[in-house]
Amino acid sequence: MIKNKILEKSIWALWLGLLALPFMGKKAGILAIAILLVILLLPLLNGLIARFGISVSRLNFLSSSANWLKTNKKMALLILFSFAAILPLFMNRYFVDVAVLCGIYIVLALGLNVIVGLTGLLALGYIAFYAVGAYCYALLWTHYHINFWLALPIGTALAGVFGVLLGSPVLRLRGDYLAIVTLGFGEITRIVLNNWDELTRGPNGILGIARPSIGDFIIKQPIHYYYLILAFVVLTIFITTRLEHSRIGRAWVAIREDEVAAAACGVNVTLMKLLAFATGAAFAGLGGVFFAGKMIFVSPESFTFMESVMVLCMVVLGGMGSIPGVILGAIALIILPEALRQFQFYRLLMFGGAMALMMIIRPQGLIPSQRRKMELEEENG
Amino acid sequence: MPALYLDIVGKKRGVNNNIILKLEDVKTSYGRIEALKGISLFLRKREIVTLIGANGAGKTTTLMTICGIVKNSGGHILFDGEDIKEASPQKLVRRGISQVPEGRRIFPRLSVIENLEMGAFIRNDRAGIRSDLERVYSLFPILRERRKQKGGTLSGGEQQMLAIGRALMARPRLLLLDEPSLGLAPMLVEQIFRIIEEIKQGEVTILLVEQNAKKALSCADRGYVLENGLITLEDTASRLLENEKVKASYLGA
Ligand SMILES: Nc1ncnc2c1ncn2[C@@H]1O[C@H](COP(=O)(O)OP(=O)(O)O)[C@@H](O)[C@H]1O
Ligand SMILES: [Mg+2]
Repeated sequence: MIKNKILEKSIWALWLGLLALPFMGKKAGILAIAILLVILLLPLLNGLIARFGISVSRLNFLSSSANWLKTNKKMALLILFSFAAILPLFMNRYFVDVAVLCGIYIVLALGLNVIVGLTGLLALGYIAFYAVGAYCYALLWTHYHINFWLALPIGTALAGVFGVLLGSPVLRLRGDYLAIVTLGFGEITRIVLNNWDELTRGPNGILGIARPSIGDFIIKQPIHYYYLILAFVVLTIFITTRLEHSRIGRAWVAIREDEVAAAACGVNVTLMKLLAFATGAAFAGLGGVFFAGKMIFVSPESFTFMESVMVLCMVVLGGMGSIPGVILGAIALIILPEALRQFQFYRLLMFGGAMALMMIIRPQGLIPSQRRKMELEEENG
Repeated sequence: MPALYLDIVGKKRGVNNNIILKLEDVKTSYGRIEALKGISLFLRKREIVTLIGANGAGKTTTLMTICGIVKNSGGHILFDGEDIKEASPQKLVRRGISQVPEGRRIFPRLSVIENLEMGAFIRNDRAGIRSDLERVYSLFPILRERRKQKGGTLSGGEQQMLAIGRALMARPRLLLLDEPSLGLAPMLVEQIFRIIEEIKQGEVTILLVEQNAKKALSCADRGYVLENGLITLEDTASRLLENEKVKASYLGA
């Protein structure tokens, strides 16, 4: 039993340390693994020592710090936020770029989490809404010179409308059927973008999109984009958290748990499902507008089925329905392929392996949502 | 004879005022399958009425049609004298119709208290909700003990109590119970029926669907027998208990 736990935690430490490797170099990476090992194994050590009757009060600082985090949530959030705010000052351009990518995917994953994690609707073509946002800004700029800040609400709203459009015909479908139809929708969107030459310029994509600017100040350095996406991430976290704990959030969870029972409790199932689609899609639209403003170029290539799968993996890996989990999932799945870059050909293989490993040792996700965590632990115990 | 005329009208009006739910020739189909072929029934305020019938007779369909989750293709459903055919399920919950669905259907990954809170989803009178929660706990003390446990980890009987408690949290005037004794041990069945009678002490009217006809008829005021989507018998519960046909088909005697 304890042996298993040690093994599990060690794998954890290795896994996380591996992520840190390219950022810190080999020596520091190994140090990071060692530190993680100690931190993760400490509670176990605690148990072992207690077995031999040695006083453990001094080793309890870890659990007490966990308690502190629980009671001082605001403080912890503030620390995390400050950390995120000063982080790019210590990184080179490349890593700031990776961090910006993380930010985009956090917004996407939190949006999809509303649909999949909270409401329990397995949607596969999610990246189409991201495309709607990106192309919305690209077209608005190239045709009407509408700037980034104006395109932002338009793209967000338009993606939300697409969410409702997709949502309404598939409301009656469940599980596999819903997955297949939404997958189809994602592919249709990509194919339309690829073939509607007059509007989208097909596979060549749209060039010459304006970078966002504030007054005379043009956002163009990775670090500028970093702070912009950080603001969007904070906004997304704020809104999704508020939603989750609202009446709407409770209705979503009830639908996920049992649709008929939710209806019997007076939940307007149709409306709430549409709202989930609209909300999730709107965040993808927001991310899409940002993406277009960052790349100053959009083409259908960026919106393949693999991207949808990637975002879905972030949600599942991080812990369905858990906001901190989904954020961590997004970060891990962006950094992991970057971290594996030096392995060239084996990269995808290792990526797949790491995912499979995670699903085996931690099926409930990195940071499971409270409810799921309790459930799975009870099954064990 | 004006006096007699008035008397009849008065009586009629009196009866009408006292009727909370009335189905007139209600038909419901699933695609080409006609599950209800035109049924009529009524419930007086604070009555327990039971609907008995074999598997597949259309009992669940009747309840689903009343609470609007399944739409009827013909006939009228009057609640408080108003046609509710077009009303959505959530409107009907607000108007006072609550259902305990067949097979309990509690929210498995929500705690007992969260399940009960979901029952009060349509309400926002906090004080009222709290006092109703206390009432549910006093009806089902076990739910208080298990309030932090997840619904899915409760036993079958406890889940049934939770499902009933959740429906009561909407503070219904009409409670639809779909086979509450299904799959429960005899002792628990006793307990559930005792609680049904206790609920009746409040202001609640109950439509009780059961296969356990004996139990249902002994606690109900009146009963209907449903066969293949048609009502074949209706009478007071005590007379139905004595009815030869009912005895032969449903009481296993
Ligand atoms: N969702 C459905 N789709 C198609 N047919 C159904 C559905 N639900 C019930 N039926 C059919 O309607 C009839 C009545 O079913 P039901 O109301 O569940 O009966 P009971 O509750 O009395 O057992 C049955 O013949 C059943 O097969
Ligand atoms: Mg039934």
